[in-house]
Amino acid sequence: MKATLHRRDVVESLLSKRKDLLVIAGLGSTAWDITAAGDSPLNFPMWGAMGQAAMIGLGLALAQPKRRVLVITGDGEMLMGLGSLATIGVQQPKNLSVVVIDNGRYGETGMQATHTASGVDLAAAALACKFGYSKTITAKSEIEDLRRTLHDRPGPNFAAVKVVAEKLPLVLPPREGALLKARFRRALLGDAADSI
Amino acid sequence: MQPRDWPAEIHEELAAAGVKLVGYVPDAGHKRLIELCQADRKMRAVVLTTEEEGIGLAAGAWLGGEKSVLLMQSSGVGNVINAIGMMKECRIPLVSLVTMRGQQGEFNPWQVAMGQATRAVLEAMGTIVHSADSAEDIAPTVNAALRLAYNSYVSVAVLISQRVIGIKSFQEQTEK
Repeated sequence: MKATLHRRDVVESLLSKRKDLLVIAGLGSTAWDITAAGDSPLNFPMWGAMGQAAMIGLGLALAQPKRRVLVITGDGEMLMGLGSLATIGVQQPKNLSVVVIDNGRYGETGMQATHTASGVDLAAAALACKFGYSKTITAKSEIEDLRRTLHDRPGPNFAAVKVVAEKLPLVLPPREGALLKARFRRALLGDAADSI
Repeated sequence: MQPRDWPAEIHEELAAAGVKLVGYVPDAGHKRLIELCQADRKMRAVVLTTEEEGIGLAAGAWLGGEKSVLLMQSSGVGNVINAIGMMKECRIPLVSLVTMRGQQGEFNPWQVAMGQATRAVLEAMGTIVHSADSAEDIAPTVNAALRLAYNSYVSVAVLISQRVIGIKSFQEQTEK
C-alpha cells in the first residue's frame, strides 16, 4: 500500500499540546522534523550515535518515572538498534513511547531502501518484544489517537507511521552536543542540573 | 586467607556514589557484582542485548539526572566505540567497568585481539582508562573513576585485569 501521510504533518500533530513531554529524536530527518514542529529545550535531537535513540529514551524514562518520554526516530535508525526493543520489553517502562517515522528509506544518504521497504514489520517486532501497544499507522484519522496514547496509555508503546518518501527543506536544531545536553537538563531539572 | 570480595567492594562504591542504573551484558567476571546490583532495591539492573545499548542507557539516565554504570567484558568494548563518541561530544559522564579477557593465560584465541586492543581503542575515543591489577586496587580505582567521571563530565573505564578474575579454562568458566 502506498503511503499517503507526510512526516512533518505527523510529527507536528504528535507534538501539538505536548505539555511537559520529553522528546528524543534519532539522527537525520526525525531530528529536523521535531525542530520544524518547534525547537524546545526538552527536545534532544541527535546528530550521531545511530541506533541509540530508543535506549536514550529508556534511560530517561527510568530516571524520570513521573514524566512521559517520546522517542521519534526513523526506520533506518530503529533497525540499527533493533535489540533495544527487546531490552525495553524486559524493563516495561510505563512512561515510554517509541514512534518510528517509516518512509522505507535512508533519507540522509541518497534515499536507499531500508528493510521495511521489503516488508520487515517493525510494529510486529515491537509486539513480539512485549510492547503492550504496537501499531502500524497509515491513515490521518489514526494520528490523534496515537497522540493521546503517547500521553495517557501505560507503556511501553510503539507505532510505525508509514509516510511518503520525500526530501524536505532542512530545519536544523543546534549542533553542539554539550549545549543540547545542558539545555535539556536545565529545563528538566532546574538548578539541580548543575549540582548533581 | 579468604579471597578478597572485590565485587562487594565495587557494589559499596556504586551505592555510596548514588548510582541508580546498572547496564550490563552478562559476564562471568561480573557475575557476583551483577547479582548484588540486582538484589539492591535502590538500583535497577538493566540487561542489554549488546553493550552499545548501555551507552544510550547511560546518556538517557544522565539527561534525566541519574548516575549509572556499565558493566561489560573487554570484547564488549568493541561494540560501544561509535556510541562513546556521543558521550564525548555531549560531555556526558560514563563509567565503564570492564573485566579483561585476552590477557594473561587466556585460553580462547578469539578473545585476544580485542583484549589486547581494549585500552588503545578506548583511549582513541577520548575515554580515560584506569587499570586495576590486583583485588585490593579495584575498589579505590572504581571510587576514583566515579569521582572523575561525575565531577568532570568525562568517560572513564576501569579495566579489571584477568590476573584478578583468574579464568584459565573454558571448563572453569562454565563451572563458576
